[in-house]
Amino acid sequence: MNFWIIQGLNGLAFGSLLFILASGFSLIFGLMRIVNLSHGAYFMLGAYVGLSAIEAGANFWVAILLGGIAICVLGTLIERFVLRRLNGQPLAQVLVTLGIAFIIADACVWIWTGDPRPVPMPAELTGAFRVAQLAFPIYRLFVIGVAFALAAALWFLLERSRLGAMIRAGVDDLAMARAMGIRTSLLFSAVFCLGSALAGAGGVLAGPILSVYPGLDTDMLPLALVVVILGGVGSLLGAFVGSLIIGFIYSYGQALFPDLAYVILFLPMVLVLTLRPTGLFGRQAI
Amino acid sequence: MRTPTFNWVLWLLGLAALLALPWLVTSEYYINIASQIVIAAILALSLNLLIGFGGMISLGHAAYLGVSAYLAIYMTAHAGFGQLSGALIAIGSTTALAMLFGYLSLRASGLGFLMITLALGQILWGIAYRWASLTGGDNGLGGMKRPHPFGLDLTHPAIFYYFVLFFLGLALWCIARFIQSGLGQSLQGTRDQPRRMRALGYNVWLIQWLSFVFAGFWGAVAGLLYAYYHQFVSPQALHLTTSAETLLMVIAGGTGTLFGPVVGAALVVILKNVVSAYITRWLILLGAIFVAIVLFMPEGLLPGLAAWIHRLKECLHGDKKTTGVSAITKDRV
Repeated sequence: MNFWIIQGLNGLAFGSLLFILASGFSLIFGLMRIVNLSHGAYFMLGAYVGLSAIEAGANFWVAILLGGIAICVLGTLIERFVLRRLNGQPLAQVLVTLGIAFIIADACVWIWTGDPRPVPMPAELTGAFRVAQLAFPIYRLFVIGVAFALAAALWFLLERSRLGAMIRAGVDDLAMARAMGIRTSLLFSAVFCLGSALAGAGGVLAGPILSVYPGLDTDMLPLALVVVILGGVGSLLGAFVGSLIIGFIYSYGQALFPDLAYVILFLPMVLVLTLRPTGLFGRQAI
Repeated sequence: MRTPTFNWVLWLLGLAALLALPWLVTSEYYINIASQIVIAAILALSLNLLIGFGGMISLGHAAYLGVSAYLAIYMTAHAGFGQLSGALIAIGSTTALAMLFGYLSLRASGLGFLMITLALGQILWGIAYRWASLTGGDNGLGGMKRPHPFGLDLTHPAIFYYFVLFFLGLALWCIARFIQSGLGQSLQGTRDQPRRMRALGYNVWLIQWLSFVFAGFWGAVAGLLYAYYHQFVSPQALHLTTSAETLLMVIAGGTGTLFGPVVGAALVVILKNVVSAYITRWLILLGAIFVAIVLFMPEGLLPGLAAWIHRLKECLHGDKKTTGVSAITKDRV
């Protein structure tokens, strides 16, 4: 019983990290039709920036902020000066983001070497939370809390704010939204900036759990893709539920059948693509 | 001017050069590079079937190379199968995998197709990397010996080169026949006008699926030859970078042409070998080439260069004509 609870919490924590990554990816894809293959690289670069900030003496919270801001700036620059030039050419945009992902990944090996580096945990969140015989790291509970708070904030932003209404309009029908006088160009920048910042900050947040290592980007990116395929395009709820499903599958899979953890990832994809190609909560096919 | 006779002479010269290569370059190192190029060209040809003729941009084509190579080595060196049965199992199972992956990927089109192929490919990479008891994990699988088909000694570099060159010729012939066949023609129809093709009563899904499986089959052949060449396979063969390199070969040579991918494969393999001799930053260069091609030569490297030269000539002659159709960036989403 304890095993199931502990692994369930681990799955929840991993799913939370995935959600932070995948929500931005899904929003960007849903609104701008850009498959941002650099998203995994943003996550990794954010973690490295945070690590360097901590090693330079900053505290953990400042590191998260710095990681988020650095990647947000990078993402905004790429969106403004590269992706925008390729407006209306989705395939060209995908190839560019793939190229940028390779450049970032290799530059990270160059700067931070190839060794895995754990990001130190903030002192106030070390230790374990104990109930009866169960002990669970406080930091993971904190990550779960952050993801749920983020989900709530994003839900509020999308469903209850003016900006969110414009984003939803853009996701549903971009041409019509533009015709109604929504400045979609600004909207695109805002969403890309938000998605990048989430990826960067999420990387720092993931650092104490996953460590930072070359290949973190290509480990996380396909999982984010699977989350979006499962949950549906541009759907916040889909990204949330998809992340938790993958988090649980991955966590239980690694504990029960360590060899087959990746094989099991095929199952939800096969099921969803066969039975419901729009994804669980998507309104349009991807 | 280019006349049909002139073209024939060019082809014959090219063929003669390919056949005479082991005599022209005596160094084993260069003959081996030529073999690498030929194997990469077969993989690029199969990907070009999807991208160039089907308009389906796959970012998971390394899957067929890697799975076929893993199976060939596992079956012959670790499961006790003979060379022929091992090869048949590798190609048969990989083609069966292409049937499943084709079914899943073609639930979507355009960007969705790309995302699904990428995700499926990376999951395979994860399996090869993590299922260490079966695949050897990061250390990969080795222990394979090159076969001796019909008494040919494939351990000899020149003979191996001719062996793979034969398969490249076979692939080119089959793919050329496929493109001209009814199925190949209707595939190009679904690339350009999927809705019209559907309205005309064609089963677009089936056409795309059959082509996907055909491409997977040739990917499997390339994987088998890859296994013979290296006698070793590691998760790198399944990684996204391998898929991206293959994609670069197709784009560099010009999508939708029969021989483009062969030229692209030669360019990429030579560049990779030359660069790796001097610096260790191949990945940065690969990324930079992608960015540069998309920004400055959306038609592909060779057609892009041709268009630039053409434009230069026009500038010199003061004659203005617009040329060049963007091949990769043409909106097929």
